[in-house]
Amino acid sequence: MAKLIVSIFLTALLSFVCGLFFPWWTIALAAFVVSVLIPQRPLFAFFSGFIAILLLWGAMVVVIDQLNQSILSAKIAAILPLGGSAYLLIFVTALVGALVGGGAAITASFLKPARQE
Amino acid sequence: MAEPGQYHFVVNFSTFGRNDTGMRIVPFLISLFLTAGLIFCLNRQWDLGDFKKTPVLGSFLSPQHGFWQNAEPVGSDFNGTVHLPGLEGKGDVYFDENLVPHVYAKSEADACYIQGYLHAKFRLWQMEFQTFAAAGRLSEVLGAGKDDVYIRYDRSMRRLGMVTAAEAELAEIEKDSVSKRDCDAYTAGVNAWIDQLKEGDLPLEYKLLNYKPEHWNNLKIALFIKDMAYELAGGDEDFGMTNAKSYFSKQEFGRLFPTVQDSLDPIIPRGTRFPTPSFQPKAPATADSLYFNNPVTVTDREPGAEKSNGSNNWAVSGVKTISHAPILCNDPHLNTTMPSIWYQMQIHTPSYNVYGVSFPGAPFVIIGFNDDCAWGITNAGRDVRDYYSIKFKDDSRREYWFNKEWKTADMRVDTILIRGQQPFYDTVMTTLLGPVMFDPSFTGYSDAASNRSYAVRWKAADPSNEMATFSKFQSMRSYDDYTGALATFNCPGQNFVFANKAGVVAIRQEGEFPGKWKGQGLFVMPGEDSSYAWQGDIDRENNPYMFADSTNRGFVSSANQEPVDTTYPYYLGSDFPIYRGLIINRLLSKMNSITPADMMKMQTNTYDVFAEMARPLLLKYIDRGQLNEKATGYLNTVRQWNLYDNPLEEGPVIFTYWWNQLSKNILDDEYSKASLAMTRPLESTVVEALIRDSAWSFVDNVLTDKKETLTQQVTDAFLKIVPQLQQDEQNDRITWAKNKDTWVRHLLRIPQLSRTHLPIGGGARCINAAKQFHGPSWRMIVHLTNKTEAYGVYPGGQSGNPGSPYYDNFVDYWATGRYYPLWVMGPEEVKDRRVKWIMHFE
Repeated sequence: MAKLIVSIFLTALLSFVCGLFFPWWTIALAAFVVSVLIPQRPLFAFFSGFIAILLLWGAMVVVIDQLNQSILSAKIAAILPLGGSAYLLIFVTALVGALVGGGAAITASFLKPARQE
Repeated sequence: MAEPGQYHFVVNFSTFGRNDTGMRIVPFLISLFLTAGLIFCLNRQWDLGDFKKTPVLGSFLSPQHGFWQNAEPVGSDFNGTVHLPGLEGKGDVYFDENLVPHVYAKSEADACYIQGYLHAKFRLWQMEFQTFAAAGRLSEVLGAGKDDVYIRYDRSMRRLGMVTAAEAELAEIEKDSVSKRDCDAYTAGVNAWIDQLKEGDLPLEYKLLNYKPEHWNNLKIALFIKDMAYELAGGDEDFGMTNAKSYFSKQEFGRLFPTVQDSLDPIIPRGTRFPTPSFQPKAPATADSLYFNNPVTVTDREPGAEKSNGSNNWAVSGVKTISHAPILCNDPHLNTTMPSIWYQMQIHTPSYNVYGVSFPGAPFVIIGFNDDCAWGITNAGRDVRDYYSIKFKDDSRREYWFNKEWKTADMRVDTILIRGQQPFYDTVMTTLLGPVMFDPSFTGYSDAASNRSYAVRWKAADPSNEMATFSKFQSMRSYDDYTGALATFNCPGQNFVFANKAGVVAIRQEGEFPGKWKGQGLFVMPGEDSSYAWQGDIDRENNPYMFADSTNRGFVSSANQEPVDTTYPYYLGSDFPIYRGLIINRLLSKMNSITPADMMKMQTNTYDVFAEMARPLLLKYIDRGQLNEKATGYLNTVRQWNLYDNPLEEGPVIFTYWWNQLSKNILDDEYSKASLAMTRPLESTVVEALIRDSAWSFVDNVLTDKKETLTQQVTDAFLKIVPQLQQDEQNDRITWAKNKDTWVRHLLRIPQLSRTHLPIGGGARCINAAKQFHGPSWRMIVHLTNKTEAYGVYPGGQSGNPGSPYYDNFVDYWATGRYYPLWVMGPEEVKDRRVKWIMHFE
């Protein structure tokens, strides 16, 4: 459990730092690296990557959207098209990032041998 | 995709793929493939068909890269310090609550530097997009488009010579040390902003379309000026008029296209005496046989610049105002776009203190006022673009027949980059009469094949430096300063209204206009010798102008109508709207003790003079016996209508439908028979003809054996519109604002980034000329009292960012006819509570 929480925290942190300097998809590298450094069973690895980015991206856009009073998200959610719903757009944003993070983390987890059950 | 459900599957079979190191190769590869595939899919644009593409969704949605970065916090802090290399002194920018910057600079160059930086900071995407459009580079950003529409657009802009014209302008700018200094500084300011941009900082539109800005340069400023020339002096009806001339008899043509309208009230009042000029153009000897009576037709289609670009300006002298100080008003009518073409600002330097609106893409305040005077601009609308029919020797088009010999054409190959496709190489020939705009390889917007070639002669292609005029406007004080500044303004010709605190009130139609013989350039001209070329420019002293004072009517005005009556010694063409000019002059003549509030009422006035003239005609000829109860109800509504095109009125809807249908009834028969694209007469021509003569020859429907009367046509037109009116009534579209449906539309025409369905009245023929996508783009009123009192509003907001609260905050004010006081901040007011944020430049 501690491993999971540390992984989530580190993945989120590293992804955030990568996002400051590098392209968006470096969240995958961040999740991958953390998963290599802190080996977990694949299911747990996936969830740490998934939840890390879900929380990171979700929290960032919730704050951004609050401060912006949904001026832009309502417009973008109408263009994309998500029926103009800012909530749905926040969810889709967080989910997209989470899937990439989870996928990268589980991929890395297969680099280690499976624990004999 | 790597979803939890698949996970068990992967684990269960995982041991099969285990290699010697203990790595589970199969599940590793599967999840690697899925994850990489997901990233790949999220890292590219997807074609949605119909020439639409998705953004790059991964980066677009990323909170640190994508559109979320454009979601500006409400109540953002715009305070800051900016280091600009090469700034001569320190500068300060004080933003007020509407994000209008009040720039305090230590030199004129610094002011331009800071202005360039601010334009880029708040409006970068539009400035670059507009200059891309001007340079014929839309395909580079948008792809080929449906039916290659963007390629056609790009080819037309390049063939017209937009880029060569901008290069000629740039050469003139760089010859003038002041213009060069200011443009260099402006460019440096734009680039200072661009150079520090990170991916997340890019304006939203770059993220939607997935491209990046390039470096700014002085050529882009020149391109912006040429874009204005294209918008304002790049329209003509030469092809449609050529076809009309060839189809109709001389008498019919004369009836449809008279030189002057009966009810015209020109800019310079009728009866003004004009000096006889030294230069008079002469029609060539062959004009009748080879030109006027030569039944040639054209199938090519010109790219249409917005034909109804209009504007109002007027200034009243102190004899007519309550304060005895002049009041100057201007509302230029352009496409109402988001972001707006205007950016409002005050610029204070040691040599001037100016307030008004600027063009993101060019230095200086373009329309505004300083501590001594105010100026406003409307389009002259003179015809400064003509076509010549060129005879090439063969299909290679290398040689053309000119002055009795084969001459070699200059050849250039334009490379048009197209997003997602191979470039298009366009071979363009240039003759002594101008570049070849249309030839068998390019028929414009027509799909009909053509074996003809036409060269274009356009005034905007001539070298000139319009920037020098605006540079001098910033610090002008006297009438002499004003005429001096205008001396280098060539194209697009404008009506410049001027008023200063010394009490001078004046208007000049200024520009370099070709002196034309009567009818020259109305149609496509023969291009086999130089006899049809422009013979020279009108001397500037012969350009129309007037003063307003106690010895005359006490005001000057313009609204794109013909500038003069027929006693003016030059031919001007005939394609001028008249109604706004009529109502402006009528109102101003009656007004006295004028206040700025009166002027606000006037700028937002929606009285429809055209309806005033046309409605009695319609009511006189309708046969009420043929109307049922519903139709009679509509008739009563339009009869009782107060002639104001106000948002909730039904009268203007019924009237407009009725008139349009009558116009179709009267003209569609002739026009459909011709099967050629022909220019339609002005509505003023039709209504005046019908008032004069109810048996006007066009009233009869030539497609029937019977002889239709005006009563039949008017009644038939009314009966035809009743079903549409009933449908509109059911759909809640029978009131004027809902029916007209004014938008302030995003430049990419994305509805979600536009302001739609605005509750604004008015229309093309009203002073408040708010049409569907076009209207008063900046309303300004300047009262030249000791301490200037000024008001203004434009449909938009100071920020070009759709994620900013300042993106559209002026729109509702504009739509409902309200104004903001324009605060000219004094140096002693830096601590004023109206200053919300301060940006220091060093």
